[in-house]
Amino acid sequence: MSLATQQLGSLVTTPPQGDSDTSIMKIEIGPSHPAMHGIVRFTTYLDGEVIVGMEPEIGYLHRGFEKESENSKWIQIVPYTDRLNYVSPLLNNIGYSMAVEKLYGIEPPKRAEYTRVIMGEISRITDHLTCVGAASMEVGAFTFFLWFIKAREYLWELVEEVTGARLTTNWTRFGGNATDIPDGFFDALQERLDKVKDIMAECDKLLTRNKIFIDRVKDVGTFSKEDAISFGFTGPMLRACGVPFDVRRSDPYSVYDEMDFEIPIGSTGDCFDRYLVRMEEIRQSISIIEQAADKMPAGPIMTDERLMHYPDKKEVYGNIEGLIDHFKLVMEGHQPPEGEVYVPTEGGNGEIGFYVVSDGSGDPVRVRMRPACFNYVEAMPAMTVGHYVADIVPIFGSVNMIGGELDR
Amino acid sequence: MEFIIEILSIPIIQSILKIIFIILLFAMPLGTVLTLMERKWSAMIQDRVGPNRANIGKYTGHGLLHIAADGLKSIFKEDTIPHGANGFLYLIAPFFGMIAGVATFAIIPIAGPIGDFTFQVTDIEPGLLFIFAITSLSVYGAVLAGTSSNSKFALLGGTRASAQMISYEVFMGLALMGIFMVYGSTRVSVIVDGQNEYWFGNLIPMWGVFTQPLGFFLFFTALIAETKRAPFDAPEGESEIVAGYFLEYSGMRWSAFMLAEYIAVAGVAVLMTTLFFGGYHVPWLHLWESAPQWLITILQITKFSIVTIFFCWIQIQLRWTLPKFRFDQTMSLGWKKLLPLSLANTTLTAVVVLTFM
Repeated sequence: MSLATQQLGSLVTTPPQGDSDTSIMKIEIGPSHPAMHGIVRFTTYLDGEVIVGMEPEIGYLHRGFEKESENSKWIQIVPYTDRLNYVSPLLNNIGYSMAVEKLYGIEPPKRAEYTRVIMGEISRITDHLTCVGAASMEVGAFTFFLWFIKAREYLWELVEEVTGARLTTNWTRFGGNATDIPDGFFDALQERLDKVKDIMAECDKLLTRNKIFIDRVKDVGTFSKEDAISFGFTGPMLRACGVPFDVRRSDPYSVYDEMDFEIPIGSTGDCFDRYLVRMEEIRQSISIIEQAADKMPAGPIMTDERLMHYPDKKEVYGNIEGLIDHFKLVMEGHQPPEGEVYVPTEGGNGEIGFYVVSDGSGDPVRVRMRPACFNYVEAMPAMTVGHYVADIVPIFGSVNMIGGELDR
Repeated sequence: MEFIIEILSIPIIQSILKIIFIILLFAMPLGTVLTLMERKWSAMIQDRVGPNRANIGKYTGHGLLHIAADGLKSIFKEDTIPHGANGFLYLIAPFFGMIAGVATFAIIPIAGPIGDFTFQVTDIEPGLLFIFAITSLSVYGAVLAGTSSNSKFALLGGTRASAQMISYEVFMGLALMGIFMVYGSTRVSVIVDGQNEYWFGNLIPMWGVFTQPLGFFLFFTALIAETKRAPFDAPEGESEIVAGYFLEYSGMRWSAFMLAEYIAVAGVAVLMTTLFFGGYHVPWLHLWESAPQWLITILQITKFSIVTIFFCWIQIQLRWTLPKFRFDQTMSLGWKKLLPLSLANTTLTAVVVLTFM
């Protein structure tokens, strides 16, 4: 067990004491506080301005996603997953649908997979744009934040064109997607991606070599490889520590094995590395989207398997199988075969995993989601203790906690 | 008519009129308009529209009415006092900053004298030392507000403010030593007149920024830190300690802090204009010998205002471009970089002045 882990264990149980001539100030940061993006509370112990102890308290945004799922039909859970990581809802949709598809043992058609890759990477970019923008805003670069939000807006308009909604996408189905990409989408896509590239270049000039910014984030929140692995870090946080782990590469799903992309890694795991890793991942995602758009095959967007989606109306009225399928889907819903699966996918913020259990009836027995940021929030004491109180801001910003995903 | 002129020639009446003119018609409106200008300019930087909704009928005046709307809103808001606060200190704290900010304008000439009449409230001998004395008053505002609020965030903000402002006063004074030596006085009118001379015939005016380029940057940095504006706004620290020392304030008292900040911005701008950009003197105007006095005065006021607004703009541009320093970085920048630099600048200026002038 590493030092940071031991520190964490001791801090939670006993609040630290000051030495003889100083006293420790206990200060509650959150749940309602400008730096606490979602709703989370840090009970912080300060010696002057230096943090000597911290206890994260989560659960302020608990909505009972997992329990609610047990009382829903399988397909009814897709819209719930929008609300998990609400800056990249499509990645949750895709993760959940992949888990149920694995239960069924089916795969969506190629065109659906490629569309999922494009939309998923767009969501990853919006996730990173939000995280990097918000973190920069909190160290004072407000202009940078609004420029990034502008870039995110371009992409969300694309998401809206495809799914009909910006946030509550509810887009994937088991064995395909709800909607195909509209006409003229690729021209709009290329135009928007060029705009995002321009904004990225502009922001790069503004911030990446800015001395004040580097002073604020360099060597702040440093985390070693071993600690990161023992805390269960994934995604950009783990890669910033120097571990080239990416679910898209280590356990290729969908059509990621046909894509050519690089996995950026950092060296020290401080906030600056996390910033650089996320910035580079945005560029890599843009490249993946361009490749996927080039390779996009023609064909259906929904599997041919029976009992996966409503049959055509022509089938329902003209064919007894069609009528039965329709009836069974309406009355009983999807009935995946008995079994349990865990499907990891690479979310914007780390590994999103869905663990689903089916007993063969129309109701899920268990739907469990592995939130990426849970582990990061758990490691907040280990990252912040010994730093100044002002360092909570860049550290917590780089953690990119999303309340909806953390508390579920 | 004669009666009026007689009254106007009484010095004390003149001073009161000047106070009304310079403070009520120059400093306060500039501070108030800056609250809107900051929002508008930041909107331009960030590709936004900025405030444009407050209206009377269909008239919005490009957001100009927001000034009135904000003022009205603050007046009618409840003036809360947090439980356990020290009531008296809590209530008076907001006004230190405002008084200090406004008092800066007392010694600033905004145009050249006409006969005995000066466009300056008072031209005291200590001159800029008065500014140093008065700005240290504004520390009390932040410290009292921070400690009397009975809030831990405010306490942290107040502590940061006191440390930062007291430290930066040191460099502020040291950065100006060069100016004192070059122009040979602390009296503002002497410094301003000293900047009306020229090098190489009539080529380059002897402005402070040319005689003291390093002093210009040091003084500007120190002044921005003194006013606790970005990138030195750790005492306010909106992202970690919420609003710092004035966290608990509401209504008009909160507005007093806000207004004090913008008056301080205007104060920084007039000081920079007066000490480093020739004050009210329009460069090369002496070449036009037949210029009428009234035109010269108008030109001087115009030049003074333009340079002042330019410096307000620079400060706003800085705020929306740069990230913030952390508190300890502000302090180490001051003590480890600015202090040696201002000492070096003082020494160098002393050597040059003694050798060549």
